[in-house]
Amino acid sequence: MFNAVSKSPWVVHFNCNSCNGCDIEFLACLTPHYDVERFGILHIGNPKHADVLVVTGSVNNRNARVLQNVYNQIPDPKVVVAMGVCTSSGGVFAGCYNILGNVDLVIPVDVFVPGCPPRPEAMIDGIVKAVGILERKRKGEIFPTAPKPLCKFKPSEEQSTEKTAIKEEKTV
Amino acid sequence: MIEKINITQWIIIAVSLVAAPFIGALIAGLDRKVTARMQGRKGPPVIQPFYDIIKLFSKQPVALHKLQILYAFLHLVFMMLVVVFLAMGQDLLMILFAHAFSTICLVLGGMSVRSPYSRIGSLRKIMQMLAYEPILILIIVAIYLQTDSFLAGSVMSMSKPMLWSMPLLFLSFLCAVAIKLNKSPFDVSTSHHAHQEIVKGITIEYAGPYLGIIEIAHFYETAILFFIIMMFWQTNLYIGFGLETLAFLAILILDNTFSRLTTTWMLKYMWSIPLFLSIANIIWLWSK
Repeated sequence: MFNAVSKSPWVVHFNCNSCNGCDIEFLACLTPHYDVERFGILHIGNPKHADVLVVTGSVNNRNARVLQNVYNQIPDPKVVVAMGVCTSSGGVFAGCYNILGNVDLVIPVDVFVPGCPPRPEAMIDGIVKAVGILERKRKGEIFPTAPKPLCKFKPSEEQSTEKTAIKEEKTV
Repeated sequence: MIEKINITQWIIIAVSLVAAPFIGALIAGLDRKVTARMQGRKGPPVIQPFYDIIKLFSKQPVALHKLQILYAFLHLVFMMLVVVFLAMGQDLLMILFAHAFSTICLVLGGMSVRSPYSRIGSLRKIMQMLAYEPILILIIVAIYLQTDSFLAGSVMSMSKPMLWSMPLLFLSFLCAVAIKLNKSPFDVSTSHHAHQEIVKGITIEYAGPYLGIIEIAHFYETAILFFIIMMFWQTNLYIGFGLETLAFLAILILDNTFSRLTTTWMLKYMWSIPLFLSIANIIWLWSK
């Protein structure tokens, strides 16, 4: 009874800049085949009721503020699960002119779930891991932020020159 | 005239106040389990609502302003008052007013914040009240026509089950229960599943323990409604329980077969078919 937090994690789901692959896979976890509700996990749309924030997609200049705002609205204790490879490195969008990159530039992340998109089993596993961290956070233990599975993508010199070349071509 | 409350009555009040939220929570847990089985899922354990409540009380209390917290508490207190009145067999009209004021407190709490979803939810809650209150009043009128008394205790003096004399009112009351429990197609103000439309409606700005208080009040309300369903077969408790189970299953099937419909549709429906059935029942009782 005392670890009730880990028995009813309510999840709010935020799509930063995703291609919707992760979002569809995450919603597939609610279907009869996987049925995350049997762990008490509820998918709710309101950060004020949530315990777990699931982020998909890479952060860009427009939504960094929104993501920060959603994170701040969740009452403590809270955990953040970053779904997909975009959240850890920017993924296929890395190096794009509008992309800031990984999610932990903006908010502290507790669990990274790699994959493009991750399989529903991996997603459920990630949330279950996050719930363990949630329980430890409720007890007042400080938990270090998760190590990233990939380092941040930086465009090499060649690529950046290629980009400028394309731009010049277009202007011509 | 104020009568003195003796010790047995105190015990009855205490037991009903403690037992009602537990019964409500169990009904909510069964609701989630049976709904999951109907959808081919395994579903959460039956005691899941208890976990939810304990979790909500261990969360950080966040509120926009103090008045909002007061409204959440008033919602709970007036719902508890309804349970006390019912346990003592008090005036049914008083019970109706206390219950309505409890809901109004929730609406005021929803309206007191500057959140569009909360305000839309509150407005829809008022429309829901407008839809079901006439039926509750007509049930009380029907009880008065048969027993010449507005007391809830007078129902026990009837020799035949209430269902025999007011079958159409019972059907209308089931619609009112579906509205009160926020079941599809009437779940316009707030919903248990699929929070896409107005996110969580009337309770969107409550977080942590304050949401827990509202949930407990909802459990009290569920217990009250199912107690009233049981009152329709007051002569035999076991048949009353069977009636309750049937009503529960009927409401769940309704919830799982319908999608959410609009507020105007709800009001039009409730003020035509169930209200017509109720008035027909009243006319029949009056002319008998």
